[in-house]
Amino acid sequence: MLSTVDALLIITVMSLGTYFLRGFPFLILKAKDKLPDTIVYLGKVLPGAVMGMLVIYCLKDVNLFVAPHGFYELTASAVVILTQAWRRNMILSIIAGTAAYMLLQNFVHF
Amino acid sequence: MNSKVIKAAWVTSLPVLVGYVIMGFGFGIMLLNAGYGVGWALLMSVTIYAGTLQYVGVSLLAAPASLIMTLLTTLMINGRHLFYSLSMIGKYSGSGKLKPYLAFALTDETYALLSAEYDIAEEDRHAFYFWVSLFNQSYWIIGGVLGNLAGAALPFDTSGVGFSMTALFVAAFTEQFLSSQERVSAILGLTITLVSRYLWGRELFLIPAMLILTVTLLALRKYLEPQEVVDHA
Repeated sequence: MLSTVDALLIITVMSLGTYFLRGFPFLILKAKDKLPDTIVYLGKVLPGAVMGMLVIYCLKDVNLFVAPHGFYELTASAVVILTQAWRRNMILSIIAGTAAYMLLQNFVHF
Repeated sequence: MNSKVIKAAWVTSLPVLVGYVIMGFGFGIMLLNAGYGVGWALLMSVTIYAGTLQYVGVSLLAAPASLIMTLLTTLMINGRHLFYSLSMIGKYSGSGKLKPYLAFALTDETYALLSAEYDIAEEDRHAFYFWVSLFNQSYWIIGGVLGNLAGAALPFDTSGVGFSMTALFVAAFTEQFLSSQERVSAILGLTITLVSRYLWGRELFLIPAMLILTVTLLALRKYLEPQEVVDHA
């Protein structure tokens, strides 16, 4: 557990970093200005790439080589993917996947 | 104060209500499971107000992460907000003392709502944007606080709720994959991070993954840049 000061520092960095991204364009740009091409390009490709990165980040503690080989996480993730492909509703997919995960953890043991 | 504007803003904000309360609830429970009580949930939802980052923030607090790692993660996850702000410069110009909050509160959902056009009198427009932004943040705060309080009271093991973070990203990834023309960057994000996870181990892999990913995307620009939006205006 972090000390209170260290936790506050981490939260402050997240807060200021986010506010910087949201506020910076208003401070330096007029409506007609354009961002550099490189930044515009990264703005198009990064969101998808970052989502892929975050999926792996969330699953970083899953060990495929040791039983249960990520059974709970991978099955519940499959539920999320199928629900999303079926209904295209993020909230529904998240609830279905989380419910599936909790049910599996409580009722399926190896 | 114009109650008609506030009511119009409230009605406009309703689609965000359910999503924010549920997502905030999951965040509140996760934060509690990491050992942080309701004051922390309130603080984070008031001062950060970014869904994805607050979920990841729970694991940054739990790890605990260095400040550099926290900053890089913040910039990487919320980099897209730069573009929301950029496209709202015109709409928010002339909003005066409301502008600092309007900029602060520009989340994915608020941007999605306010980038549309509404039938509001010109002199009330900025007040309308302000109230929509404020209602949205209030839903997010309420969800986080309730989740944190309920987490302590729920009669069953809530540790599985942490999976809602994974579910959020898997759902967002699936949606982007299905709706996007360009899928290579999503696959790169997945594979480069996976390889980094095994090369550098689970404590250290995120920063190298972010750097390699950015460099790779820049190197492949010629192939990934959408061809149809060449605009030399």
